[in-house]
Amino acid sequence: MLLLLNRIILVVFISLFSFSTSSEEVKSEFIKTKWSFEGIFGTFDRASLQRGYQVYQEVCSGCHSVQHLSYRNLSEKGGPEFSTEEAKAIAAQFEVEDGPNSDGEMFMRPGRLSDKFVKPYPNVEASTAANGGAYPPDMSVLAKARAGGADYIYSLLLGYEEAPTGFELDDGVYYNKYMPGNKIKMSAPLSDGLVEYADGTQATTAQMAKDVTNFLVWASEPHLESQHRMGFKAIIYLIILLTLVYMSKQKVWSRFGSKKEPEEETFDKVEKAVTEYEGEDPKTFK
Amino acid sequence: MSEEKYVPKSKLAQWFDSRLPLLTLSHHLKGYPTPKNLNYWWTFGGILTFCLITQIVTGVILGMHYVAHTDHAFESIEHIMRDVNYGWLIRYVHANGASMFFLAVYIHIFRGLFYGSYKAPRELIWIIGVIIYLLMMATAFMGYVLPWGQMSFWGATVITNLFSAIPFVGESITTWLWGGYSIDNPTLNRFYSLHYLLPFLIFGLIILHIWALHVPGNNNPVGIDVKKNSNETMPFHPYMVMKDITALIVFTIIFLWFVFFAPNVLGHPDNYIEANPLVTPSHIVPEWYLLPFYAILRAIPSKLGGVIFMFASIFILMILPWLDTSKVRSSVFRPIYRKFFWVLVVTVILLGYLGAKPPEGIYLILARIATAYYFIHFLVLLPLLGRYEKTDPLPMSISDPVLNKPGIMDKFKKAAAQYEGDDVTSFK
Repeated sequence: MLLLLNRIILVVFISLFSFSTSSEEVKSEFIKTKWSFEGIFGTFDRASLQRGYQVYQEVCSGCHSVQHLSYRNLSEKGGPEFSTEEAKAIAAQFEVEDGPNSDGEMFMRPGRLSDKFVKPYPNVEASTAANGGAYPPDMSVLAKARAGGADYIYSLLLGYEEAPTGFELDDGVYYNKYMPGNKIKMSAPLSDGLVEYADGTQATTAQMAKDVTNFLVWASEPHLESQHRMGFKAIIYLIILLTLVYMSKQKVWSRFGSKKEPEEETFDKVEKAVTEYEGEDPKTFK
Repeated sequence: MSEEKYVPKSKLAQWFDSRLPLLTLSHHLKGYPTPKNLNYWWTFGGILTFCLITQIVTGVILGMHYVAHTDHAFESIEHIMRDVNYGWLIRYVHANGASMFFLAVYIHIFRGLFYGSYKAPRELIWIIGVIIYLLMMATAFMGYVLPWGQMSFWGATVITNLFSAIPFVGESITTWLWGGYSIDNPTLNRFYSLHYLLPFLIFGLIILHIWALHVPGNNNPVGIDVKKNSNETMPFHPYMVMKDITALIVFTIIFLWFVFFAPNVLGHPDNYIEANPLVTPSHIVPEWYLLPFYAILRAIPSKLGGVIFMFASIFILMILPWLDTSKVRSSVFRPIYRKFFWVLVVTVILLGYLGAKPPEGIYLILARIATAYYFIHFLVLLPLLGRYEKTDPLPMSISDPVLNKPGIMDKFKKAAAQYEGDDVTSFK
């Protein structure tokens, strides 16, 4: 009975493993990169975030919004950490609709730190219509909204290739080996030297992809650094607390368990057990 | 309870206690006799209470900033994550807290199954527990809808559509649930309202759960009754309290590891995409803790059948105390049941795995086999085992559970010999 049961379990397991591998379709593995923000002590590379902002601004922002980010975030701790002056200057480059004023009119004014990032299109419909029927997703939480996160974004940016022979592509659709289904409506957005980095870094495609990926991860998790710091402290604190609590628990419990049973009692127990085992009258024992 | 009548010391306390016996209650809770052999699997009751309180406290704070409107819900979550002080912490604790709550409740349920805690005289504790579990699933499901992401929307679509399978009135019920002809703002609003309400019902049921527990007292790993007020029990405070806190801290470390270092691994990336009724995600999957039931739902070829089997898989637990006819509680003494217990654990985990896979090919076949086995376990195996299983002899008390184990007699012969000073072979 038990043997049969074990065998059934074994068969179920073997079939599970053999089938789970064969039925998955073949996809390109994302390019694995060592990101500075990964791990318990992960932090962002400030210079890379600043360059990433530049790439976003000059390349992506024509189509993609980051509507949940505010200009003040650019100068906040744990982010690109532009100085307040720089962030103010960045905000002032944009025209923001405000109002109504005392005449009941809406008016345009330069952006302030408290404003959200200006969107390229007023709404999803406008943005879809302007981009051949494909909505360029808002990138505020893009790094959390895609399986693979940072690796996915980075790989996608570098994944443009000539379509293999026989692969049908419509007009305005491009081949990307990391896109699910391999069809993407965004043309390759990056090419070598597309932006001129203010800090003199060589603007290779890979460098820009890396910088903008960093920026997008920060945009979707702006408190990541304080999250890591607090997590480390909290867990260290709990480990110390656990040690102390466990020691106190052992001490408290020792009050209960340490009493030695009197010899008489042990004898009674043995006698009882033996009786049960032998099925005899306890009196005949010995 | 069989304790001596408690009288508070001070006059004021006596005055108070004779009118509202809170002090008597506290005295009872402190002195509540617990079997001394409870292992760490028994600490999950306390852990679950902690989980509920954590969810309520973080939830109330999130409710101060959340906007239950289809146009603003997603945005308000991002507002909490970015602009509310420590909003990210509160939301991640709440979101991962739900997963941890279910992790703990599954351990708690399987502990009950392993040690036969649902058997007489504890049937009501078990049934109340199953109701709590049902409410937890309803609460978690509605909570997952609130961020108004793609999985929120489409998960809600799939689950609420289940009711349309009911013959004749199904469509009307679905419309009634939605508050309209599609999932929209009224649906989101009522889900928010109910998501806020249900935890307090759970809280009330937990009080009943503990009340019902304190009448017969705890089961224990040996599964035989303990003598109260003997050296077999120890007062709840400080002994069990210290043990519960120790386990709780270990649990909290795991909990916080998820919160701080992997807050999104238990969720689905699609829920960071705002709900869009025009775009269906390629795979609609519920949260991990509902996957086994999702697998059962999809394993049955008919929609109505799937719904019936899915609900039956939970309601079957309510009659479990009468399906398992074995008089022996703990599976420590039930060699065959013990094997089947582990097969059930593997089956449920397998169902969870299959719930995350598309219902086709080998996944569907396996899901059907596992579903069939799940029901066979409760409806066929348990009644039969109660009848035909040869259980191991039970010990006389929890103090010496080892007495009837094989090989123990040699030890006793030795002990007896030592006591008597005789030659071992002449024993008897």
